[in-house]
Amino acid sequence: MSQTPSELKYASSHEWARLEEDGTVTVGITDHAQEALGDVVFVELPEVGATLASGDEAGVVESVKAASDIYAPVSGEVIAINDALEDSPELVNGNPYDEGWFFRLQPADTAELQKLLDAEAYLEQCDSE
Amino acid sequence: MTLKHTPLDALHRELGARMVPFAGYDMPVQYPEGIIREHQHTRSAASLFDVSHMGQLIVRGEGAVQVLESLIPADIAGLGRHRQTYALLTNERGGVRDDLIVTRWAENSFFLVVNAACKDDDIAHLRRHLAGCELEVLEGQALLALQGPAAREVLAQLCPDVATLPFLHGLEAELDGVSVYITCSGYTGEDGFELSLPAAAAERLARRLLAVPGVAPAGLGARDSLRLEAGLCLYGHELNADIDPVQAGVLWAVSKVRRPGGERAGGFPGAEIIFARIQNRPALCRVGLAVEGKRPVREGQVVLGPDGNAVGSVCSGGFGPTVGAPIAMAYVPRDLAEPGTALAVDVRGKPQAVTVARLPFVPQRYFRG
Repeated sequence: MSQTPSELKYASSHEWARLEEDGTVTVGITDHAQEALGDVVFVELPEVGATLASGDEAGVVESVKAASDIYAPVSGEVIAINDALEDSPELVNGNPYDEGWFFRLQPADTAELQKLLDAEAYLEQCDSE
Repeated sequence: MTLKHTPLDALHRELGARMVPFAGYDMPVQYPEGIIREHQHTRSAASLFDVSHMGQLIVRGEGAVQVLESLIPADIAGLGRHRQTYALLTNERGGVRDDLIVTRWAENSFFLVVNAACKDDDIAHLRRHLAGCELEVLEGQALLALQGPAAREVLAQLCPDVATLPFLHGLEAELDGVSVYITCSGYTGEDGFELSLPAAAAERLARRLLAVPGVAPAGLGARDSLRLEAGLCLYGHELNADIDPVQAGVLWAVSKVRRPGGERAGGFPGAEIIFARIQNRPALCRVGLAVEGKRPVREGQVVLGPDGNAVGSVCSGGFGPTVGAPIAMAYVPRDLAEPGTALAVDVRGKPQAVTVARLPFVPQRYFRG
């Protein structure tokens, strides 16, 4: 069974967003998404310094079988990316909410997070897919 | 459309398979181990695949050889009993309707295994050309593939006769009172077997094989990455109605006796066009591509020549777990087909460097006796 931590916010396109103590937002893909993709073999991340609007394409996850776009769940500037994914893309499968994070944003407006789904609503969406 | 289910459907679910629609069937794309581990297990031990979605047909009757040779450019007449051959059903344009395996069961009886996606068309096509022969569609028959270097030892425990069965040979066996037709064949590049048996007995045999240490289930995902590494064509990707056998690099499936100057030259759909292609080779040919870096290239993406212009396209692309890198097959112009040629693939607007590679990517390890 896939995990959906209740402290995170979720985009309907299967990214999670976590508001950190320093006001930045960490983004990754959900356990449900990594399971659906299967073994991840490559992740393309946005460039540090890039400005993304919520819903913008932010990168690509490639599994053995297919490529999937990833989107920015909230607007902001990319302040960090997870370099470890370059050599170890399988971290996305093993630890999607922790070591398998994708990028960190300085959000334009943290209130945007409220527009995302909570865990319960996200799970409901997954069940109906 | 309602999806069809194979006789192993309940077992797949019990094993935790992720099921996906494929050619009208609900099929396991992977089990909890995942495609990479299933792939590696197949190369190092033995994997059990359910390929019951594939079409199993019998063509029998007086003149069955002539019927098949009128549709397939292979030496069907010369095929020995319990010998099998990879073959093509060609169309009037010299393209390929389907690729299949033909096994001779008796003087006038042939067993055909065809692709699931082409099955209905193949049956209709065969029926139009039967000339008094009989076509039997084995609806109630399962097909299992046991593939990998340990497959022979595993299956020989149940059926000692397979211990020395060479590649592309078959035999009739009785396993636990069930009649099973076993061939030494498969589509992974490894030694292995395909087992055709009544649907009702399939789950029991599958469980028995899976209970042997070293045997694990593998899904369609691993089947695809294994055949890509083995450089084998998949219908709908490397082969289709508009690609002739010369372009696809499978001219070896057009037997010498059916080619110009052969004893039974021609007499199959598209023969003249294919013969012309043998003379004047088609502009494109099939090659392997080794991809630099880790980003896979995918089917349909455009191949770019040395000066950056579009010269071809990728027909299969993905990650090769045994190679440890992304790999692909593509159609490119003949003058750019030499192994080592530097090309690129347009991956979502960015050129990805690739190099033409010799096929197969991973050496085939068939048991030839």
